[in-house]
Amino acid sequence: MERVPILKIGGTLFVSIQIDLQDASVLQLQEDLAEELAKTGAHGVIIDITAVEIVDSFIGRMLAMIGSISRLFDAETVLVGMRPAVAITLTELGLSLKGVRTALNAEKGLRLLEARNG
Amino acid sequence: MHGTVTMDVDSTQQRMASFLRDHEDKVLARWVELVLANGASRASTDEVRRELGEIFTVVVRAMSGSDESAIGELRASLAELSRSRARAGATPTETASSIFALKDATYEAMAGVPELLPEFLTFSRMIDDLGLHTFEIFASAREEIIASQTESMLELSTPVVRLWDGIIAVPLVGTLDSARTQLVMEKMLDALVTLGADHAVIDITGVATVDTEVAQHLLKTVMAARLLGAECTISGIRPQIAHTIVSLGIEFGDIATKASLADALAYALSRSGLKVGPA
Repeated sequence: MERVPILKIGGTLFVSIQIDLQDASVLQLQEDLAEELAKTGAHGVIIDITAVEIVDSFIGRMLAMIGSISRLFDAETVLVGMRPAVAITLTELGLSLKGVRTALNAEKGLRLLEARNG
Repeated sequence: MHGTVTMDVDSTQQRMASFLRDHEDKVLARWVELVLANGASRASTDEVRRELGEIFTVVVRAMSGSDESAIGELRASLAELSRSRARAGATPTETASSIFALKDATYEAMAGVPELLPEFLTFSRMIDDLGLHTFEIFASAREEIIASQTESMLELSTPVVRLWDGIIAVPLVGTLDSARTQLVMEKMLDALVTLGADHAVIDITGVATVDTEVAQHLLKTVMAARLLGAECTISGIRPQIAHTIVSLGIEFGDIATKASLADALAYALSRSGLKVGPA
């Protein structure tokens, strides 16, 4: 199973998903991220899914769950770089990813976090 | 004359073929005359003569039975004729009757030889078949034309315009159905990503009616845009439509709706931290 690396930049954790998402790797990412948040006390998480072309309902739900978990650590999650096709799929699946912020790209995502954390 | 000769279709057709071959000039000339008279073809006399001459030759070849591929060839050239007529805007009746005119032309040429009547009946049946064939091809050619027009209309009717840096607008005109909304959604989301826009205005001034289905489509589009990280405003809701929306109990939730495109632009600008004031 491939692991998704988590980078810490300032008070933000940066996750760039560059692999085909398997259920197992998403679950692992969820765990890793929770541990990292507890360890670093980061206040923001940016998940870059520019390279993700296919999502299913499970992955959609897991992404939303990552948002909820981060919130428990008082961190805001911003999903950036979603492709139109992925957005359409998620809407058709009826997933609106409540609890997760979205931004067009990583830069805008960072700005969102800055605005929130001051 | 025929005596007890069996009515063998093959030999009947062959006799008819040789008759046609012998009287080619006369029959063909009369056929061209008839076709030109009924006005089915918009082409010039020479063009029609060439076209019908080709078909005539293949008909004779098909009937003489010497050539297996002739029937297929005949159908293909008739299909070609039908298609060009359909494109030129002729009616299917005109197209089919120009094939049927071959019967009249042949019948006139046969005036002096009554003993060929059984042969003529066989021939007539074959021409009827061919006429129906052109009719079918004609209809399918028309369908093709309609389908391609519908497609290009879909393309034309969904422009995405850039209003400001980071603000795009999608003016919708006409009726919104699933296929169209799907296309609008895709084009809008693509534009949001490629232009890096984080605000979209969907203007429905030109939309005739809004029902629950259309509203559902609009909501989906807005949701998808939000997933990308862009905000959507719906503008141009006309009084009757506002009335329908409320009567149907459609909830737009927290989606911003504005009366006009101008209001929506002002709102989008203010959300982007910009302000337009007197110069």
